[in-house]
Amino acid sequence: MLPTVLHCVRPVSTALSFSRPLAHFRPHMDPDPSRPVERAITTKLTNALTPEHLEVHNESHMHAVPPGSESHFRVLVVSPQFGGLSLIQRHRLVNEALREELSTCVHALAIQAKTPEQWGSNPSLAKSPPCMGGSRGDHTVEEKLKAGRE
Amino acid sequence: MNKLLRSSAKCLRVGAAVYLPGSSACARLLSAAAGEQKDVGDMVKKDKVVVFIKGTPAQPMCGFSNAVVQILRMHGVDDYAAYNVLDDQDLRQGVKDFSNWPTIPQVYFNGEFVGGCDILLQMHQNGDLVEELKKLGVHSNLLDAEKESK
Repeated sequence: MLPTVLHCVRPVSTALSFSRPLAHFRPHMDPDPSRPVERAITTKLTNALTPEHLEVHNESHMHAVPPGSESHFRVLVVSPQFGGLSLIQRHRLVNEALREELSTCVHALAIQAKTPEQWGSNPSLAKSPPCMGGSRGDHTVEEKLKAGRE
Repeated sequence: MNKLLRSSAKCLRVGAAVYLPGSSACARLLSAAAGEQKDVGDMVKKDKVVVFIKGTPAQPMCGFSNAVVQILRMHGVDDYAAYNVLDDQDLRQGVKDFSNWPTIPQVYFNGEFVGGCDILLQMHQNGDLVEELKKLGVHSNLLDAEKESK
């Protein structure tokens, strides 16, 4: 009974800081130089896929979201773990590693998943297409930006 | 004119809103009208090529969704079902749950999830898309372009 009561009375912000590493994200008006979401993505992909090469690019500035947002990312992962896997299997591994971010603050994730051999023969980062403004006024994106700030 | 009428007839399903853009493309925009067509499993099987995008083929609201539309257009795929997830938040989440894939756009061939924008783009670049369309009985424009150049 008591643990249940304690759980209920625990302030929401504290609960979040126990379960979410992004709890210290500051308001969007004050771009956080520590870039917590970018760091979380980098850490999780490194741990899950032991990449030989990894690039994590915050492309939020290319989209209709406030300055300092961490909502749109492009990742390039070069890992031997992708060997023998189809594109969709590779992308699912990346999605799985970033499940928490994708269900909270990350709205878009562009993925390039290559084996070291593929990277060696074509070491290029793809470019994201220009934004068409869909995030503006999008309730789901607003929720995600809010989630990132909490 | 007859082709247009035949396309209209194909598009008229209960609860569907038909959209035929002014251009020669006949991509059909369908809406998941109130309560009906909520079963994504049914929606993806109704047509050989089904895409879930933000916006419409004539007016995509997202650069990644636009890329999917443009790639299909490039291959001359003009008879496909397009669902605008911005019109229906239940559909938007339902699609993600169905495919266990966190982002939009989503592309389905013969009821099977193929991937998002990145995967479709890579399939287009490496020639796999032409092959997959062939398996669907869809003849890609790019096959003709290839023959002409030889």
